[in-house]
Amino acid sequence: MKWDEFFVTGDPLIYGADVSIALTTAGILFYLTYFKKWKWLWTEWLTTVDHKKLGIMYIVSAVLMLFRGGVDALLMRTQLAVPEAKFLDSQHYNEIFTTHGTIMIIFMAMPFLIGLINVVVPLQIGARDVAYPYLNAVSFWTFFIGAMLFNISFIIGGSPSAGWTSYMPLASNEMSPGPGQNYYLLGLQIAGIGTLLTGINFLVTILKMRAPGMTLFRMPMFTWSSLVTMVIIIFAFPILTVALALMTFDRLFGSHFFTLQGEGMDMLWANLFWLWGHPEVYIVILPAFGMFSEIISTFSRKTLFGYKAMIWSMLLIAGYSFLVWVHHFFTMGSGAVVNSVFSITTMAIGIPTGVKIFNWLFTMYRGKIEFATPMLWSLGFIVNFVIGGVTGVMLAMAAADYQYHNTYFLVSHFHYVLIAGTVFACFAGLVYWYPKMFGYKLNERIGKWVFWLFTIGFNICFFPQYFLGLDGMPRRVYTYSEESGWGPLNMVSTIGGFMMGVAFLILVYNMYYSFRYAKRETHGDAWNGRTLEWSTPSAMPPFYNFAKIPVVKSLDHFWRQKQEGKVEKLTIKDIKPIHMPSNSGVPFIMASFFFIAGFGMVFEWMWMGALGLIGVFGTLIYRSFEYDDGYYVSEEEIIKTEKISN
Amino acid sequence: MANKSAATEHGGFPWKHLIGFVLSIVLTLFALWIALGTDLSVTWILIIIFGFAFLQAALQLLMFMHVTENSRKGGFSGRIQIGNVLFGAFVAIVIVIGSVWVMSAGHAKHDKHDAPKTENQDGSHESEEHGSH
Repeated sequence: MKWDEFFVTGDPLIYGADVSIALTTAGILFYLTYFKKWKWLWTEWLTTVDHKKLGIMYIVSAVLMLFRGGVDALLMRTQLAVPEAKFLDSQHYNEIFTTHGTIMIIFMAMPFLIGLINVVVPLQIGARDVAYPYLNAVSFWTFFIGAMLFNISFIIGGSPSAGWTSYMPLASNEMSPGPGQNYYLLGLQIAGIGTLLTGINFLVTILKMRAPGMTLFRMPMFTWSSLVTMVIIIFAFPILTVALALMTFDRLFGSHFFTLQGEGMDMLWANLFWLWGHPEVYIVILPAFGMFSEIISTFSRKTLFGYKAMIWSMLLIAGYSFLVWVHHFFTMGSGAVVNSVFSITTMAIGIPTGVKIFNWLFTMYRGKIEFATPMLWSLGFIVNFVIGGVTGVMLAMAAADYQYHNTYFLVSHFHYVLIAGTVFACFAGLVYWYPKMFGYKLNERIGKWVFWLFTIGFNICFFPQYFLGLDGMPRRVYTYSEESGWGPLNMVSTIGGFMMGVAFLILVYNMYYSFRYAKRETHGDAWNGRTLEWSTPSAMPPFYNFAKIPVVKSLDHFWRQKQEGKVEKLTIKDIKPIHMPSNSGVPFIMASFFFIAGFGMVFEWMWMGALGLIGVFGTLIYRSFEYDDGYYVSEEEIIKTEKISN
Repeated sequence: MANKSAATEHGGFPWKHLIGFVLSIVLTLFALWIALGTDLSVTWILIIIFGFAFLQAALQLLMFMHVTENSRKGGFSGRIQIGNVLFGAFVAIVIVIGSVWVMSAGHAKHDKHDAPKTENQDGSHESEEHGSH
């Protein structure tokens, strides 16, 4: 392989990206070296097993990926703004919609939610960390390395271009030669390890590490939604792992699972992909539902309406989510019986979701609603998500789906559920728990600007796409003719897209502005909250979270204590040494070996792949013989941290 | 925290794990030999290696996955275990039977490109039909 095949060449946009990547890297290296931050980086972040710090790193990565995926989206919208535009060629456009979809789902939505789960869930259940802190670090670093491996594809070797669904035979060696598709397979495979480990970790954490008295039906709704999400992750992700492995075998080792030759079944890939892919949709929406439940309850100053109905509808969704996958490929032609059955299950899954919508509305009914930024996002969610949900039921009708399939109607539908559902929730949750992570709130005035600009831009961008779809505009086309008449609505859509981009920039500016000027919180209860994470005396909980593990007597225990004026004060008698896990650099090193293995296999340099895997096994073996049972935080240190004087 | 109970449970040599590990490898090698080293028909090979697969799954549940483990207080863990196994069985059935059904119903069965399975259509008719689409 020559150097000009190794690096992507010939496109000014890519050269621009090369330069900006080189400058950013140089800038970061200079900053770390000049301010002598290397040791700080290693001891505070790279080796940490603290769930709060890992959560923050998840969220920072997710925001970066949101930027990358967002730039992809704006490039696409620019190309589509006018008919027969020459901004991107067909191949480049294909690469961009592939990376946009993959990054937004796998490397933005999931880590953003998992990041917030990491920060919040152990605090909500009154635990000092997750069940397996070391495994948590492995989860983060494998996700991060998977994401990085996928992201370097656009400057080294070329990006995948077969769509985020990577249907066979398009994704086969014959039709997608080169390393691009391998990046997709290996990047997702490595990140998937992290997700599966997170699923196991938080399932055990929520089942086993709750504070005394917190029965399952006293858990906050966000914790419940996380629990159900983890169950879905554990059962759905292995399907993706196997499907990716089989396609990797097809591409790298000449097997015939999904190929056209040798009795392979190309549509079996679509079948397996969506067997994972539909539960995945619920993996990214259920935590969002949980967050909105917390926020709506907090800012309406009322207990969540229909707490148990919420839980049962989530459990129902968890089961149903495995029974609807065929609605992603009704047009494959499985016949009337198959399509009818999956039509019905798809419509049925709308019912528990509808139950939840009404529960949120009744939670607000006669509540004292405070229109803080997180609440605005939640209200925006209800309105826009319902639009997405209703069009979803339209798509669920198999016969009608033959018309909508593969058009912009579908594109608009899933952006209405994924942006209004998941992205709104990420923003709402970020603003809501920001004081828990950083000790100050994001500026509310700027935050409201972001909300309105983003929500209006979102509707301007995607509402016209319903009509473009009904007018016959297919998805994934890189251009269209003047005569089609799709030009004006596409221009409107592009304007809306750029409004969302501006809103994102203002959000990032708000982080900077608030870092400089926001009033620092003096206590842990920034929003007059209801759940245990707000009960810590300091704004940011110390690394051991709770000096004394709370004893829970009811749902919304902290709120009730506040109402009755019985919030317990910490005294010296309560302080006992706290057992905490030690930091470890092994997860980071293990993930680095995964990167070497993945990179080698992408380019089919098997010696490099083998080397990387030997390294991975080496770190596993090292870990097996490591006897580190953690350490105890002394009473003096706790007393000093908690500032107890009596 | 959790380390203490783990340490007491795992005292002594882990015979259970060793036997499970060796049996797993033997079963896998045996399946490989059946598939590559014998002259049995494809149907029989499939039946036998499926049998080995179920045996191995049972073995792993028994030897590694604590399927017989009971919680001493309240039976909470026991209920969780049963729930997990039942949901796992549900998902496994959906994946296997669902996939077979979806991939073999309606037009989807044409997906087998090399060998058209429908009896009343010969090869030429098949290609003609595809050509007209």
